[in-house]
Amino acid sequence: MSATAETVRQVEEATGKYKYGFVTDIEVDKAPKGLSEDTIRMISAKKEEPEWMLEWRLKAYATWLKMDDPDWAMLNYPPIDYQDIHYYSAPKKGDGPKSLDEVDPELLRTYEKLGIPLHEQEMLAGVAVDAVFDSVSVVTTFREKLAEVGVIFCPISEAIKNHPDLVKAYIGSVVPQGDNYFTALNSAVFTDGSFVYIPKGVRCPMELSTYFRINEKDTGQFERTLIIAEEGSYVSYLEGCTAPQRDENQLHAAVVELVTMDDAEIKYSTVQNWYPGDENGKGGIYNFVTKRGACRGARSKISWTQVETGSAITWKYPSCLLQGEGSVGEFYSVAVTNNAQQADTGTKMIHIGANTKSTIISKGISAGRSNNTYRGLVRMMPGAENARNFTQCDSLLVGDQCGAHTVPYITSRNPSAKVEHEATTSRISEDQMFYCLQRGMTTEDAVSLIVNGFCKEVMKELPMEFAVEAQKLIGISLEGSVG
Amino acid sequence: MPLLEIENLHASIGDKPILKDINLTINPSEIHAIMGPNGSGKSTLSYVLAGRDGYEVTNGDIRLDGVSVMEMEADERARAGLFLAFQYPVELPGVGGMSFLRGAVNARRIEAGLDEIDHIAFVKTVREAANKLGIKDDMLKRAVNVGFSGGEKKRYEILQMALLEPKMAILDETDSGLDVDALRIVSEGVNALKTDDIGVLVITHYQRLLDYIIPDHVHILADGKIVKSGDKTLALEVEKSGYGEFTNAA
Repeated sequence: MSATAETVRQVEEATGKYKYGFVTDIEVDKAPKGLSEDTIRMISAKKEEPEWMLEWRLKAYATWLKMDDPDWAMLNYPPIDYQDIHYYSAPKKGDGPKSLDEVDPELLRTYEKLGIPLHEQEMLAGVAVDAVFDSVSVVTTFREKLAEVGVIFCPISEAIKNHPDLVKAYIGSVVPQGDNYFTALNSAVFTDGSFVYIPKGVRCPMELSTYFRINEKDTGQFERTLIIAEEGSYVSYLEGCTAPQRDENQLHAAVVELVTMDDAEIKYSTVQNWYPGDENGKGGIYNFVTKRGACRGARSKISWTQVETGSAITWKYPSCLLQGEGSVGEFYSVAVTNNAQQADTGTKMIHIGANTKSTIISKGISAGRSNNTYRGLVRMMPGAENARNFTQCDSLLVGDQCGAHTVPYITSRNPSAKVEHEATTSRISEDQMFYCLQRGMTTEDAVSLIVNGFCKEVMKELPMEFAVEAQKLIGISLEGSVG
Repeated sequence: MPLLEIENLHASIGDKPILKDINLTINPSEIHAIMGPNGSGKSTLSYVLAGRDGYEVTNGDIRLDGVSVMEMEADERARAGLFLAFQYPVELPGVGGMSFLRGAVNARRIEAGLDEIDHIAFVKTVREAANKLGIKDDMLKRAVNVGFSGGEKKRYEILQMALLEPKMAILDETDSGLDVDALRIVSEGVNALKTDDIGVLVITHYQRLLDYIIPDHVHILADGKIVKSGDKTLALEVEKSGYGEFTNAA
């Protein structure tokens, strides 16, 4: 959350104020369980959407009905009953704990370790007190500052109403509705998410964080994000936070689409720490995410950085379509699994244009009885003259009951293209542990130090404040995995 | 009060007894050397003192500053003031030298109820200490022991000793892999750290290190037992006639 703290500071500097406010009453309602055209019509109506959006959703629903759950990933979970889920639930007031005293002490202990300030702890834990940190006032000043340079940053539900032409032109253009089972589902029932538009030549003056989007509560389940960077623009976007996030909804299926025009760059950083379940994985979140960026313009760049420590199941392959000549795709990933967690994650780099370049650095850490799979596709299309890819894929095993798997897919249809793949698997050695212990470090500190060393190349890609917290998070995620 | 007392120490790896009744007392300001042939139990002794897993103490006691360390884990012993300079310092890929050193220093400070060390002041302290040992700034920026030469690794061990200010330092085969120049620099480093409060145990196969770090007492270890003790002349004797007579005696 410090990335947020940083942004708060920026806003404070910009405006000279920092307000606390009161949460207003929010109407309570919830759609009945199950998915049908009626549910979709209800969601669309609740969001006061235009007709074209409803039609778009219904088309996705029709596609979804004809599709099947994917089963190719190295993941084991019981079949999901899609009729046993609420697809719309407005935020309720007064459900949450009344104070931090009522919050799970385990959760508070983690907040404390991460150094999260008290008012943020209350917000994260969903404490239903009246005087919680009011993000709305901050958001307002934050948005004013962005508006000065012409940046649009708002909930996608708002963009559908206020910027319909932009949304219409780009939604589903990078990730088609029927791309996979979960994108079809998301397209039919998404509730909210972020919309970002960076005009030509603008360098976004601050890191944009999901935390600063109002009406954010309960959008986590089927989130939809769209970011457009016009010619010569730049934006850094942060998603998620290091604090453990709980959600009553077990199934999460988000879609993120990015578009960059000539010489534009999007840097997208994620820290994912959804509840992983108990030590047997019970109650943990299933996270089925489709993230894809299209480098449409020449020399444009999309960089994905992710630190994945949460969820019982992670199914996620942030990808780049390198269309523009000389465009660049990057994927930096740390995935930590402990206890019974399962992660099948990686990327796809599709080289379409000439002189396109991609870099993949993946660090998988498995502990406990967990399974961690890297699955990556590099494809050189016939037009990818002199395209280059470099992939480095390292796995670290902690203990002897976990699994690490690497599944690279490489196809090249252009003889001038170069693809390099390096992979290693190692273990935290007893020698390394003893060396650190002999210098006085505790077992937990030693594991954290060694693992963070292993992930260093990825961590340095994170925005500074985020990186410091992510380091602590990795240590905490592996607690109890050694000794 | 003695700094380190080893009393009737017996230790095994699995079912195999390695140390067989070791007795040794080291007082503040004393330098003791343990010499012995390969396989005599020298490294085992250093690991057992440091509390490494995989070694079973079947009998006896080890006391640091009068307190038994038998129930203490390796990290607790380290924080209590026991330092081991490794024969083979371990590589930690990706772990920056400064983070590692700061982690070690802060572990002690946290236990002592102090705040974590000031970042900028610490960098300065480390640079000064490193400079004395001929360690370049560039080396401090690299990952711990990764790509270091043999001499660099040993100097780095002594740098850690300087920063951690142990009560009792054990140097395990610190001379192995060093050329004469490196040996001199490392030895000078150790001698500079020697105060009236600290005890030093030098474990070595060869006498040559003891030309630089002059011991008060020399003990010969053979087949897990101390078979002879004497002053520094004993080391010279061994240099001349070898370990043959001791191994036979054992």
